[in-house]
Amino acid sequence: MEPTATTAPTLPRSIEEIRGEFPILVRQIHGQPLAYLDNGATSQKPLAVIDSLDRYWREQNANVHRGVHTLSEEATALYEDARRVLAGRLGADRRELVFVRNATEALNLVAYSWGRSNLSAGDRVVVTEMEHHSNVVPWYQVTQEKGAHLDWAPITGEGRLDLDALASLLERGPKLVCVAHVSNVLGTINPVAEIARMAHEAGALLVVDGAQAGPKLELDMAELGADFYAITAHKMYGPTGIGALFGRRELLEEMPPFIGGGSMIRKVSKELITWADLPAKFEGGTPAIGEAIGFGAAVRWLEELGLPAVHAAEAELTAYALERIAEVPGLTVFGPPAGDDRGGIVSFAMEGVHAHDISEILDRHGIAVRAGHHCAQVLMQRLGVPSTTRASLAVYNTRDEVDQLIDGLLDVRRVFAL
Amino acid sequence: MDELYRDQILEHYKRPRHLGRLDDYDLEFEDSNPFCGDEQHVFLKLDDQGRVSEVSFEGQGCAISTAATSLLTDELEGMTREELLALPKEFVLDLLGIDISATRMKCAMLGLKVVKGASLGKPADWEDEGEQGDPAAAGIF
Repeated sequence: MEPTATTAPTLPRSIEEIRGEFPILVRQIHGQPLAYLDNGATSQKPLAVIDSLDRYWREQNANVHRGVHTLSEEATALYEDARRVLAGRLGADRRELVFVRNATEALNLVAYSWGRSNLSAGDRVVVTEMEHHSNVVPWYQVTQEKGAHLDWAPITGEGRLDLDALASLLERGPKLVCVAHVSNVLGTINPVAEIARMAHEAGALLVVDGAQAGPKLELDMAELGADFYAITAHKMYGPTGIGALFGRRELLEEMPPFIGGGSMIRKVSKELITWADLPAKFEGGTPAIGEAIGFGAAVRWLEELGLPAVHAAEAELTAYALERIAEVPGLTVFGPPAGDDRGGIVSFAMEGVHAHDISEILDRHGIAVRAGHHCAQVLMQRLGVPSTTRASLAVYNTRDEVDQLIDGLLDVRRVFAL
Repeated sequence: MDELYRDQILEHYKRPRHLGRLDDYDLEFEDSNPFCGDEQHVFLKLDDQGRVSEVSFEGQGCAISTAATSLLTDELEGMTREELLALPKEFVLDLLGIDISATRMKCAMLGLKVVKGASLGKPADWEDEGEQGDPAAAGIF
């Protein structure tokens, strides 16, 4: 998207004020100020979200499903309001939004409900080399079950999706393409709208893993063109235990349910069971009510900051981080260079030191990062490394924290006498 | 002196003992720590009395897992399979001589797990699993 103004949108409050809304950020780790750079794993929570959860459990708790008493009506209204807020953020109809446990569950729902009814022997499903296991394993499972094939769209040397190679795979006529919006290792922001166009032209549906995109990007489902989009609350300043699947209405109407049980039925008798309307058809059992309300609060909180400003601030900090990390000798940094298609996720490998040891020493400096394969073993094989260390940014991270990270990495070299 | 990355640890990490594959071996096993990507493959040759005569290992891993396995392989000569299986986790921890946190315990124990797997011919249990918690202590931190 071309910027319409010469200056980037700015956040409505200072970073210091924003940080002040996150109580955990005052913690000291081993006597050092906490530099929480593990946001790809989970984000911290602002008071707005903590307070909404707290208030629900203290004052508003009841089961939903249209009980007639006051507390139940209140809880139902709050729960459905959270759904409406999320629908607003995504530009979707509320009937197209199914609350699930997390992005993994959302993707499994599609594999189970859509995949098992629509894939047959010989059909093809395309995944990419950069996918998180949650956007690989369900497709592996369903294609194995059905005798269908899994094709792997490769990445380029810079860590972008190879669109030419994808085009070749699309010529084989796959039924489904599965792609991450933002890579949890490389930080690559994939051109979802373009990929959707390519997939649809080839007669395939597109399912998108938006777990890392939720906190970073404006997400208009119509603009993006995804048929299914998975999102999770805990990576976007909300609680764990709640996420959502966006599915185009025509698709969800046709799909059989995922979890069977209470709330997702219309009529049950010994002879016949019929399903509830959308989205209830896919929400069997008592949902994570408090968590859904917390999710709504998180969406509101982010909307109030403004996603364009959040994205611009992160892009600027990412550029700073990439510039500074280039000063550390012996490091290989993965993913595209700073730019529009590069989110605030920086994975790297240090020659002679294992990711685990890097993380251990960084922890002594108060820095939280993640070491390992990041649930992306195929990507690790493609990058030729057993593991990486990953620093991932959120809206409350600062240049000082990036500086703290660089100092920590130089200390790693000192400890290992490199 | 660094409490964790002592000279001995770094020495065994940078120049591990018994590194490589044995051309001729009787027992071998490969295992990994799924959380971090540490992988190890151990090879054991036994003499006529069924005692370890030669040992080697290959793999990629962090300083703790590499050093632990290197130190461990130095001690295995002359042991029977039964003696290998009876080695407690303290054996490795004493060799390391440093405090290992809960997060790094699997790094320290991987080598022992692989050695036991070689003796069993199938995956051994992690040394720190199967422990039960006390409900009275739940949620108290």
